[in-house]
Amino acid sequence: MQIIDAADLDYRAVNEALREAESDFIIEGCCGQRFIAAGISGKNLTINGIPGNALGAYLNNANITVNANAQDAVGDTMNEGKILIHGNIGDAAGYAMRGGKIYVQGSAGYRAGIHMKAYKEKIPVMIIGGCAGSFLGEYQAGGVIIVLGLHKDGRRIVGNFPCTGMHGGKMFLRGSCEDIHFPKQVTAKCAAADELEEIREYLSEYCLDFGYSMDELLSEPFTIITPDSKNPYKQMYVAN
Amino acid sequence: MGIEFIYPEFEVIRNKSRCISCRVCERQCANEVHSCDEKLKIMKCDDSKCVNCQRCVSFCPTKALKIVKSDCTLRENANWPAQTVKEIYKQANSGGVLLSSMGNPKPLPVYWDKILINASQVTNPSIDPLREPMETRVFLGKKPSKVQRSKEGKLNCTLPPQLELSMPVMFSAMSYGSISYNAHKSLALAAAELGILYNTGEGGLHEDFYCYGENTVVQVASGRFGVHADYLQAGAAIEIKIGQGAKPGIGGHLPGEKIVGDISRTRMIPEGSDAISPAPHHDIYSIEDLRQLVFSLKEATEYKKPVIVKVAAVHNIAAIASGIARSGADIIAIDGFRGGTGAAPTRIRDHVGIPIELALAAVDQRLRDEGIRSNVSLVVGGSIRSAADVIKAIALGADACYVATAALLALGCHLCRTCQSGKCNWGIATQRPELVKRLNPAMGSERLIHLMTAWKHEIKEFMGGMGINSIEALRGNRLMLRGIGLTEKELEILGISHAGE
Amino acid sequence: MKIEGQVRIPSGCAISAVISKDGNKMSGEMIINSMKPMHDRSNGLGGGFAGYGIYPEYKDFYAFHMFFDSRDTRKECEAFLKERFEIIQSEIIPTRKIPEVTDEPIIWRYFAAPLKSVLASLQLEEKEFVAKTVMKINAEMPGVYVFSSGKNMGAFKAVGFPEDVGVFYKLEEYEGYSWTAHGRYPTNTPGWWGGAHPFTLLDYSVVHNGEISSYDANRRFIEMFGYKCTLRTDTEVITYIMDYLLRVQGLTLGEAASVIAAPFWSTIAAKTDLEDQKKHTYLRTMFPSLLITGPFSIVLGFEGGLMALNDRLKLRSMVVGEKDDKVFIASEEAAIRIIEPNAENIWSPAGGEPVIVKVKEGAF
Repeated sequence: MQIIDAADLDYRAVNEALREAESDFIIEGCCGQRFIAAGISGKNLTINGIPGNALGAYLNNANITVNANAQDAVGDTMNEGKILIHGNIGDAAGYAMRGGKIYVQGSAGYRAGIHMKAYKEKIPVMIIGGCAGSFLGEYQAGGVIIVLGLHKDGRRIVGNFPCTGMHGGKMFLRGSCEDIHFPKQVTAKCAAADELEEIREYLSEYCLDFGYSMDELLSEPFTIITPDSKNPYKQMYVAN
Repeated sequence: MGIEFIYPEFEVIRNKSRCISCRVCERQCANEVHSCDEKLKIMKCDDSKCVNCQRCVSFCPTKALKIVKSDCTLRENANWPAQTVKEIYKQANSGGVLLSSMGNPKPLPVYWDKILINASQVTNPSIDPLREPMETRVFLGKKPSKVQRSKEGKLNCTLPPQLELSMPVMFSAMSYGSISYNAHKSLALAAAELGILYNTGEGGLHEDFYCYGENTVVQVASGRFGVHADYLQAGAAIEIKIGQGAKPGIGGHLPGEKIVGDISRTRMIPEGSDAISPAPHHDIYSIEDLRQLVFSLKEATEYKKPVIVKVAAVHNIAAIASGIARSGADIIAIDGFRGGTGAAPTRIRDHVGIPIELALAAVDQRLRDEGIRSNVSLVVGGSIRSAADVIKAIALGADACYVATAALLALGCHLCRTCQSGKCNWGIATQRPELVKRLNPAMGSERLIHLMTAWKHEIKEFMGGMGINSIEALRGNRLMLRGIGLTEKELEILGISHAGE
Repeated sequence: MKIEGQVRIPSGCAISAVISKDGNKMSGEMIINSMKPMHDRSNGLGGGFAGYGIYPEYKDFYAFHMFFDSRDTRKECEAFLKERFEIIQSEIIPTRKIPEVTDEPIIWRYFAAPLKSVLASLQLEEKEFVAKTVMKINAEMPGVYVFSSGKNMGAFKAVGFPEDVGVFYKLEEYEGYSWTAHGRYPTNTPGWWGGAHPFTLLDYSVVHNGEISSYDANRRFIEMFGYKCTLRTDTEVITYIMDYLLRVQGLTLGEAASVIAAPFWSTIAAKTDLEDQKKHTYLRTMFPSLLITGPFSIVLGFEGGLMALNDRLKLRSMVVGEKDDKVFIASEEAAIRIIEPNAENIWSPAGGEPVIVKVKEGAF
């Protein structure tokens, strides 16, 4: 397989090499180069080393595997494709994601899945294996966010203020979530069998990607959070 | 009725001797002001629903209608004007945040009107713009600080991406959703014909309009509606919207009832869901984050498109602009506090931000003081109302102007300032199919072309009078301006002398 | 009343220039004579000259020509200069008392070289350092004005008619391979010695006729790069623009002309030479704020040559003529004919078309 040695390349050079590259390739020695694979389609790449911020921004249809942690803004406004992270990710992952998948083995920082969107059958999916930081799913308008809370080490599965401004889509948190405070405009309840069925396909794909078993994932109940209104701020205004 | 009653602001006056009860007014009014008493065969009206959009007045075949301001008054009180009192009643009735549309209507200073333009007399000649060459073309974009040559001494003629405009005006951002499909189409057609650009606003780009890409600025706002690689590729430039003059520091919010059909698909959110664009980009909390967003967009488009960063004119705008100029942006767009909007909290619209004239003067001077004016082009908006405003803006230091309200007026808007209702009788700020179809894009674009062509003529007349035959020789040429009735401080900020000096 | 520098004074003018392509020396008397037929183009409120090759004995030193308003300011400025330069000669510029030229300031010249230690510590290239020093003195030292700062060249200017100014400065005693001259017609004040032309920086000198309409656009742009337009005259800003384009940006003379007198877009679009078209598009896009509009004809003097240029609409007159090794440039043909009746190939360059004349390699 083709190898791009990123050790001495800046992000612009990495992306130029990447656009020239064959459909399948490996980036070696990555260390903080931003915007890798921004807007590209039709490639399968593996990254060894730490990619910089905005990995896979506007990703159109490509598969990215990172064998390490990733920084902030993974999959910013991504449209299609899949980003697989064998590690943790930073803040604002999947910002305004419109489609595709971000599967993370470890934990996510603040504001994961913010502004996530969806239209008809085009539904973005984000699965966080560990825990998520505060403001998970802020302004979520569509799509599916799943947090598994594996290897929690005693931490809460999400930080503070999850689902702030959420007005669409669905969030699944593994566990009963009794210690989580949700805002008024959403409803959190134990996921029923048919609701879990909706995400079974994603979970089994995740298990395959990271070597977990479905039994293990489903050994705990899931909490499903959905918004009560598509128009959370409607009553706030008076025409003047 | 009772304590909650507020007397209607407007009265519909019908000249009964002219009215033929043809019911055109009834059909034209989406606010349902007019109705017909079938038995008596006379027209009736409910003044309380009237927003004074003048649609019925314009379409009444016998000129039987006029709208007047109600003379039912509260007791005069200079400290408590009727408007203020009524706003309190509205809030006491509803508990709601006051919501308004279009630009700040308050009688705050309009500096354009206190600036006068020069003309040549004797010492150098004015130029006849009708018969001599007169250039209004501008290129927006970063100009490198140093000329590069090959080893053989040949000039390296590659430049960072530039936007070419036939005249220093662009249509500024109005999203598909806040305005109608036909309004967008009118703007796109006109921009293409005029050789200028229009701006998608933050609602994405309808697939029918991708073909106008070279005349399109695609906007990326905090909600990232409709943003994907093809969208970014489609435009001639990408604009990051940080703020808007009508509501600096405040986000956008397109109510779910406007998220229907194609708008839902274009924005990629489910039908009926509110489209929420909060104030900040949640990946920009600091200026270095702006650099990240700028370069992620440049990487995604292989450095082929200039990136515009649009901000509202606020107190510290000079320092903000300096930061943006160092962030990799190619163009800075500044929106003054009189800029329009489809909906903004009234209090924010009327009290936050500063006039574009002062912001422009301060920014242009600051960038020059720092030696980085060439790093960016400056585009200003926020109530550019005429060719004279354009000329004054250019002479103060702008590269080009953003125009939106004037463009809407050309499309039929009568500034009734109720866009938020979604019942625009002129087919502009509405998504109701029966209203949208009232705006014919062919006719709309023609009116926009007329307006801009007329402005272009006027711009050339001004330039000719000053003996300037290329718009770049006017840019920042503040000696061409004088203030009238301005204080020392205002003149100092504007960087101009007083008339007579 | 505000003096020049505090207020902008537009003015009309006459220009003349001569150069020997063989580097033969010509007395300053010739150029004085050239100005005489154009007397009516000036109004007695400013005249001046620049001569090149006039200080062969000091050719490796910067010749600073300076106005001082008092002995004290001169002493103060001299102290300032001595911290930065080795001054090898310091003297009054010789003048003759004539009734036509009065109210003269103290007029002095220094031949000096920047101290190597200062250059090293500031990490500045020699010319950049000299230019910065000139800017600093002119902007920050009241009562002092540097009006010439090149090597082996000098400007001479005053309030008066140019032919009188030439007599005042005893220009017949100088010999140069090229000369430029200027008569000024300022419109609304008595004018000031510093405001006369030529305007110079380093070895660039500019004489100019016309009032440009792009002045403040040009000024506000060029001031970003350390230039300070203390006089607010067109000529000053044009000089700085030329210095910036030629010395700082490294453009050729022709390219610099294409920036300041850029062809119309329609002209560029019609070019069949695509390389040339690309070059012009590039230059205009790169330096839009250095386009000069409104009427101008200028003669730029520099070490070893002259460049004459009209605005792109050619709103000012300018003619060029030749005879043997000499090339003449002037606002009017008469100015040429009076000093060389047999001048040949008299022609008027087109708007925006630079006329560049250089002394043969090694001849100066």
